[in-house]
Amino acid sequence: MAFDALHAATRFGFGPTGDGALPADPRSWLIAQLGPGDPARFPTTLPSVSDGLILLEEQHKLKPPPGESLVAPLYRADASAQLNALVSTTAPFRERLVWFWANHFTVSTRRGDIRPIAGAFVREAIRPYVTGRFGDMLLAVMRHPAMLLYLDNASSVGPDSPAGQGGKHGLNENLARESLELHTVSPAAGYSQADVTAYASILTGWSVDRKSADPGFVFRDRAHQPGDKRVMGRVFPAGEAGGILMLDMLATHPATYRHLATKLALHFVSDTPSPDTIAHLTEALATTGGDLRAVSLALISTPEAWVPRSKLRTPFDLVIAAARLVGFGDDPDPSRHGRLAGMMAALGQPVWTAPLPNGWSDRAADWCAPEAMIARIDWSYRVAARPPEAEPTQLARIALGPDRGQRTIDAMRGAGDRRDALTLLLSSPGFQRR
Amino acid sequence: MMLSRRAALLGLGAAWSLGSASLALADPVRTPGDRRFVVVMLRGAMDGMSAVVPYGDATLAKWRAPLLPAAIGQPDGMLDLGGFFGLHPALSGLHTLYAAGEMLPVHAVAGGYRSRSHFEAQDYMESGADHRLTSGWLNRVVGALPRDPSQPEGNGLSVGLSTPLILRGPAPVGAYAPEASQAPSPDLYSRIAALNADDKLTGPAIARGLAAKSFATGTLSGDGGETKGKGGSGGFPALAEAAGHLLASADGPRIAALEIGGWDTHAGQKQRLNGPLRQLDAGLMALRTGLGPTWRDTAVLVMTEFGRTVRVNGTGGTDHGTATVAFLLGGSVSGGRVGGVWPGLAQTALFENRDLAPTTDIRALAKGVLHAHLGLRSDQLETVFPGSRGVGPMGRLIRA
Repeated sequence: MAFDALHAATRFGFGPTGDGALPADPRSWLIAQLGPGDPARFPTTLPSVSDGLILLEEQHKLKPPPGESLVAPLYRADASAQLNALVSTTAPFRERLVWFWANHFTVSTRRGDIRPIAGAFVREAIRPYVTGRFGDMLLAVMRHPAMLLYLDNASSVGPDSPAGQGGKHGLNENLARESLELHTVSPAAGYSQADVTAYASILTGWSVDRKSADPGFVFRDRAHQPGDKRVMGRVFPAGEAGGILMLDMLATHPATYRHLATKLALHFVSDTPSPDTIAHLTEALATTGGDLRAVSLALISTPEAWVPRSKLRTPFDLVIAAARLVGFGDDPDPSRHGRLAGMMAALGQPVWTAPLPNGWSDRAADWCAPEAMIARIDWSYRVAARPPEAEPTQLARIALGPDRGQRTIDAMRGAGDRRDALTLLLSSPGFQRR
Repeated sequence: MMLSRRAALLGLGAAWSLGSASLALADPVRTPGDRRFVVVMLRGAMDGMSAVVPYGDATLAKWRAPLLPAAIGQPDGMLDLGGFFGLHPALSGLHTLYAAGEMLPVHAVAGGYRSRSHFEAQDYMESGADHRLTSGWLNRVVGALPRDPSQPEGNGLSVGLSTPLILRGPAPVGAYAPEASQAPSPDLYSRIAALNADDKLTGPAIARGLAAKSFATGTLSGDGGETKGKGGSGGFPALAEAAGHLLASADGPRIAALEIGGWDTHAGQKQRLNGPLRQLDAGLMALRTGLGPTWRDTAVLVMTEFGRTVRVNGTGGTDHGTATVAFLLGGSVSGGRVGGVWPGLAQTALFENRDLAPTTDIRALAKGVLHAHLGLRSDQLETVFPGSRGVGPMGRLIRA
C-alpha cells in the first residue's frame, strides 16, 4: 500500500495548502493527529451552552424585531471560528473526524431553537471525544441541550410520572427513535416499536434547565417514567442510571459497531466500500469496546482508503479545500455572515443546518445534480475573482499532483487569464474529488 | 454591500450583472485641465491583425485567408482606415471615432517582455516591467498626481472586488464589481465541460446543467461555433457607461481601469471574435456616452497582453504570439490615422518565424499619453515604468 502524501492530505484532510507543504511520512503524520489533546484553539468569547441558553431566554423575553436577533450573531461567530480553524489547521484528519462525528450526531438549526448552541454542541459534545470511547461521546451528546432540544426530548414526560399526571404532557419518542436508528444500532438490529417506546420512557426526564443561573442539562425526576423498562431483551431500572446503562448497552452493541464502521467507510473510503473494509473497521471497534482512536487507525490501514479520488467532495469539503489552496479565510467581521459559511449555503450545504436528523449525505449521487454542478462552476468563477499571486498551474500541481493533474494543467494553459485558469482548476474533475 | 452614495445615486445597481468585464477606479486626483484617463485591458490576447487588418500587405492572404473579413464595401466588410488597414466590421463605433479624428490605432505594439504565457504577460503588462512588481503602473500614475484635498481619503467606491494588478499599490483605489453576480463566459463553460467530459460523474451532470442553461451542444463539443447563451461579456457596455458617469462627475475619479475577456481564440476565431469585438465597440461608445461633455478631456488606452500567431492553426484559430494592435481614443486624442511602424508579413520579417514582429513598445505609447495628457515629467515616467529609460515617449498622440 503506497502512503501517498498528497492523497493523505486530500482524503483524510481537506487538501494541501497553497504553499504545497506535504508530510514527509504521511502515515506517521496521520497517526500523530490522533494523539491525546486537541490542538485546535478557539476564542474564549465563543458561547458555552450555558451562555447560549441564557441568551435564548433573553431573546424569548425581549422579542426583538426581525433582523435584530440576539442569537444570530452568536451562531455566525461560532460557525466562522470553527470553519476558519479548518483553513489553517495542521491536524486536518482530526478536524475531518470532528465534522464527521458532528454530522453523525446531527443537530440542525432548522428546528428546536438551537442556533446559539449548535457551535457549543460540537465544541463540547463532539470535539473532546473524537479519539476517545464512542460511549463517552454518545453520553455527552445525549446530555447536551442542543440534542435534547433538537429532537424534543427536553419536553418528553413519562405519562405515569408526577409531571405527567393530568395527561397534559406525555412521551415524545423522537430522540429515542433517532438514537436507535441513526446514532447507534440502526434498523439492522431488528428492534420493535415497543423497544422505541420503552427507550423513550427511559429517556424521560433527560431535559434542559433553561431558567437557572447556569442553565444546562438536568435530570427531572418529576418527569421520569417510573418502573423498570425492557428494551431489546434487557431490563433497565428507573432513574437516570437506567438511561446511562441503556446508552452503554447501545454504545457497545455489535450492530452499532457495524453501523459506525459502514458510515466511516462511506465517508473515508468510497460510496460502495467493500465488505472487507467494513469488517476491518467493525473489528477495530469491537475488539476495543468502541475506541474511536482505534477505528481511526484502522481507517489509515485500510487499503481501500488509499485508492485516490474515489469520493466526490461535498460543498463543505469543496469550499474548505479551495480556501486552503487559494488562501482565503473568513470575513474577519463577525457581524456579517461568514464568507465560508455563505459559500457553503450557496452550494446547498449550510453549516449546522441539515434538513433532517440523518445529516448530510456522503454519497456523490446526492451532490452531483446538474444544477448543483453548475452552481459549483459559478462559485469557482467567483472565488477565482481574487486569484492568488501563485502561478495557477503551480496550484494545480499542488492540488492534483503533477501526473494526475496534467490534463487540467493543459486546459489551464489554454485559458485567457488567471481567473479563467483558476476556475478551470476548481471545476476540474480532480478538484471535485478527494 | 457597500455601494457608495454616488454609485447609488447613479443607479448602478443594475450594471453589475456582467460576465468577464470589470471596472476599478482610482480615488480622485487632480489632473491638469481636469483630464480623464482610462485603461481598457483585453485579457486573453486579442488578435491585432483581425481587429485592424493590414489588407494592403500582399502576403496577408497567404498566411490567414480563412480569418479575413469581407473586403471593404462588401456586406459586413472591413471599414477602411486610410488605404492599407481595414477595421473589423464589428468595430463600427470606433470607425466613427476614427472619422472624427478621435481614434488612433497603433500597430505592431508589444510590451517589453516576450513571454507567451497569459499569466506572466498580463502581470508584466500591468506591472509595467519585464517582471512582476507588487504595484501596477496605473497606481504609480495615481501616486504621481496630487490628491484632491476636497475628497476624503479612500472615498469608498468599493463593493469588494479584486483590484486588477495595474491599479494595485500604495495609492488608494476604489474597486467595483459584483462578485456574487458574475458567471463564466460561454467559452469558459465549454472548456470546463470539455475538461469534465470523460468523467462519469461530473461530465454528464455538467453537460445537462449547461443544456438547461440553453447552451448549444455544438458549443459544448468545442466545434468553434459562435457561443450563445447567457453570461459572456454582455455586461461590458453597462459597466463602461457607469464608469463614464463616475468619471464625468465633478468630484469623481479621474483614472479608471476596465477589463474584458474572451480574446483567447485558439479555435473558430472568425466567429468567436465577433462577440468580444462587438462588446468592446459597444462598451467604448457607452463610455463616451457616460462621459458626456467630458469626453473631450479624455484619453482611453486599449491594450492586450500580446498578439497571436500570423498563421492559422489547425482549428481555425491562432495561438499565442507577440505584437498586436493597441487603440488610443478620446476627445483629447490626435487620431484619424494609424500609428506605429508596419513590419511587414514576409516570412523573414516575422518574429521567430511565427509572430508579427514588434516595432513599438507599449510603454512608449503609454508614456506619450501620460506626458502629453496628464503632464507627467520624465523622472515620473521612470517611476511609472522602472527600467524604461531607453523607451522614449511617443509624440503626436494628444491634441495640442
